[in-house]
Amino acid sequence: MNARKVAEPRTASLAKSMFQSLTDRFDGILSRLKGKGRLTENDIAEATREIRLALLEADVHFNVVQGFIERTRQRCLSADVSESLTPGQQVVKIVNEELKTILGGESFQVTYSSKSPTVVLMAGLQGSGKTTSSAKLARWFKSQGRNPLLVAADLQRPAAVDQLQTLAKQIEVPVFTAPEGAIEAARGGLLEAQQTGRDVLIVDTAGRLTVDSALMDEIAGISDAVEPDYTFLVVDAMTGQDAVNTAEAFHATLELDAVILTKLDGDARGGAALSVKEVVGRPVAFASTGEKLQDFDQFHPERMAERILGMGDVLTLIEKAEEVFEQEAAEAATQRLLEGTFTLDDFVEQLRQVRQMGDLSSIVSMMPGIPKEVKDADVDEREIDRVEAIVLSMTPEERINPDVVDGSRRARIAKGSGTTPTQVSNLLKQFKEMRKAMKGLAGLGSKSKGRKSRTKKGKKGKKNSAKGGNSRVQPKESPTIPKLDIDGLDLTLPGR
Amino acid sequence: MNTPFLIVIFVLLMVALALLPWAHRAWSERNGRADSTKTSPIPDEGSMFTDLEHPETSDDELNRQTQGQQSESGPDLLRVRITKARDLVSNRLKDIRGDSVDPQIWEKIEELLILADVGVHTTMDTIARLRATAEDRGLSEGGMVLDQLKLQMMTELSRDRALRTVAPKGGVPIWLFVGVNGVGKTTSIGKVARRYSDEGRKILLAAGDTFRAAAAEQLEQWALASEAELVRGSEGADPSSVIYDASEAAAARGVDLVLADTAGRLHNKVNLMEELAKVRRVADREPGEVCEVLLVIDATTGQNGLSQAREFSDAVDVTGVVLTKLDGSAKGGIVFAIEKELGLPVKLVGLGEGDRDLVDFDPDLFVEALFGDE
Repeated sequence: MNARKVAEPRTASLAKSMFQSLTDRFDGILSRLKGKGRLTENDIAEATREIRLALLEADVHFNVVQGFIERTRQRCLSADVSESLTPGQQVVKIVNEELKTILGGESFQVTYSSKSPTVVLMAGLQGSGKTTSSAKLARWFKSQGRNPLLVAADLQRPAAVDQLQTLAKQIEVPVFTAPEGAIEAARGGLLEAQQTGRDVLIVDTAGRLTVDSALMDEIAGISDAVEPDYTFLVVDAMTGQDAVNTAEAFHATLELDAVILTKLDGDARGGAALSVKEVVGRPVAFASTGEKLQDFDQFHPERMAERILGMGDVLTLIEKAEEVFEQEAAEAATQRLLEGTFTLDDFVEQLRQVRQMGDLSSIVSMMPGIPKEVKDADVDEREIDRVEAIVLSMTPEERINPDVVDGSRRARIAKGSGTTPTQVSNLLKQFKEMRKAMKGLAGLGSKSKGRKSRTKKGKKGKKNSAKGGNSRVQPKESPTIPKLDIDGLDLTLPGR
Repeated sequence: MNTPFLIVIFVLLMVALALLPWAHRAWSERNGRADSTKTSPIPDEGSMFTDLEHPETSDDELNRQTQGQQSESGPDLLRVRITKARDLVSNRLKDIRGDSVDPQIWEKIEELLILADVGVHTTMDTIARLRATAEDRGLSEGGMVLDQLKLQMMTELSRDRALRTVAPKGGVPIWLFVGVNGVGKTTSIGKVARRYSDEGRKILLAAGDTFRAAAAEQLEQWALASEAELVRGSEGADPSSVIYDASEAAAARGVDLVLADTAGRLHNKVNLMEELAKVRRVADREPGEVCEVLLVIDATTGQNGLSQAREFSDAVDVTGVVLTKLDGSAKGGIVFAIEKELGLPVKLVGLGEGDRDLVDFDPDLFVEALFGDE
């Protein structure tokens, strides 16, 4: 995996996905070391200084950074000389290991209380996203086959109860509230859940500052009243150095179990995530990655570590795909793809399913080996709408056999889809080339075990050459696709 | 073949194919940008507002109207509130003050600044200059260095923080509140409304956050509390039209100032930023006139605050910053970077939970409260 890290030229860009800039910084720093046959103390000092800056810029807590740097420095200086690694590679390895240690190992597992309901208490500062996260969490429990009940115990903020009710209606989860007070609402909610056979109770509370002792007492009271199985602290991914203080203070009052990280779809570098785990010893259990209620999932630290190290997050991608794709349909479509009988209808159908997996930009960011330019640029979903519109403006015959599209048909399609004939012909050209390349591949990917990885590589390789035949090739664009998964899939699939 | 693998291949293919035209454009744009530094791509109007999905986190700041904090006046309040936060750093400050000027003191000051979210770049820069001054003037005690630090930071904060309540061209003055989710836009509007209502001005609130569940209800309660008028649309309505309606209503009813709420949005969502740019353009049409575009920033925000300020400025020409929630252990050091790199002055500070505790920003007090240890 290290061999891949020889960095290609990278350019700064405005929009960055979570952790992406951290990834880039690490890449740059480490690749400079890697080339060296011998490392001086100076080399190490310089590298650790840069890593320190990178972590601080990512809002990792000051003390956590100091610890990380100190450990890394010590290990680098005292590193046993390994025969198989150059000193540079050794530093890379040490940094990788330390980073994984900081992010924490296992994913957080939710187990259900034997005495129903399983009670979840949500706590956090104002504006961290508790109410939205409560609804998203309820949706998640529902997807796990549970029957959640939401409690609106935020009676401070105007209209907070309305907000939770509106969100709950979208996911068809009932909301319990009581105007008398937060503790009463929570207690009543517990009773309601027991009586109506709801097996998960999620208590949304008002945002509060840790210095506000009256409100901290109140949430302690709520906690005493419902005796939660899980207490989650909701933390905004954009939080700075203060995240650690907040977590410590809530932990002192409530005994946190885990953290829910919100607004991860921004360009914050997420240092808070690293720091809380290290300082409070509580992992990030869930992460919210988008505006829709389904943009919420369990957080996998080990996968995130790999993402930071530039390896993508294929496991999550596969999970999401499995959730959305109908197995048989996908297999049939793949079959047709390999046979070269894949139609534009299939394409649109698959594309729609891909989009169900979430934001395209978040899907792209999970793919390994995708160049920064592609990851960083904001994916304009309207482009995809346009592609869809083009296909939908075709006749069934044209969709099956795009070769019949001539000048006048092209003009008609363009008119029908609100695009230009050039856009139509570009899409068709790309589609045909892909289909041809895929057909050619079917022969390559024959038989037995070796087949999987070979097909993979072959496919992408071919795909690239297919693009090479495109009259509109951008010389710089071609390297984007070949990298797409050659490295990445190899990285993860062996573990299968 | 096993299915997950098949599916991943599939996904990759579909996405790759779908993104080709876009990737191509992204490339040409990027290359183009290198030549002419600032060509912001403006897509065609027609399709611009198709995707109105905003983030929808709670936009709450500390709006417990139950407790009004009227006893303390603004500046005192700022000091008292930040004092709470200061306790955490006061030990460090004491330590520095008692120190002699040796290499260690710079590390301690660095820690102090970083922990206040001032940011690596600004911190390094500040210390370099502080160090030069200290050597120049032969400062020998930690206390002297600390005083110099405060002086230096105060002088670097901008002085022009006037809020424009009068439209130069005579239109209805409109203030637009923008920012990421959950920073306290709606609450800040409520507090500004309260403040100007108390001064006897006629205020109208425009519920331009048509996306987040119950955002308009939240603003409605603020309107009631501050005796302001309210114009709202239905949930999911076009925010531009709501705000335009508000400015027409304001002109008809002789309102002095329109405070327009907008939905929270992450600054890296292109479509949503385009939507916001349109809101600003429409709000600026007659009879309205945009006088202030206030970016609301949560004081607990880390280095991302700079990125927020940059993107929002690019999209809607922000005229000032409202720093909210400055009453916890928050520090708000990011405003130094924002003021310095983008020239955006902080105009208002939200200090706490009462509805009268949004005060004018005072740089001297702010610095004093952060690094003062008297």
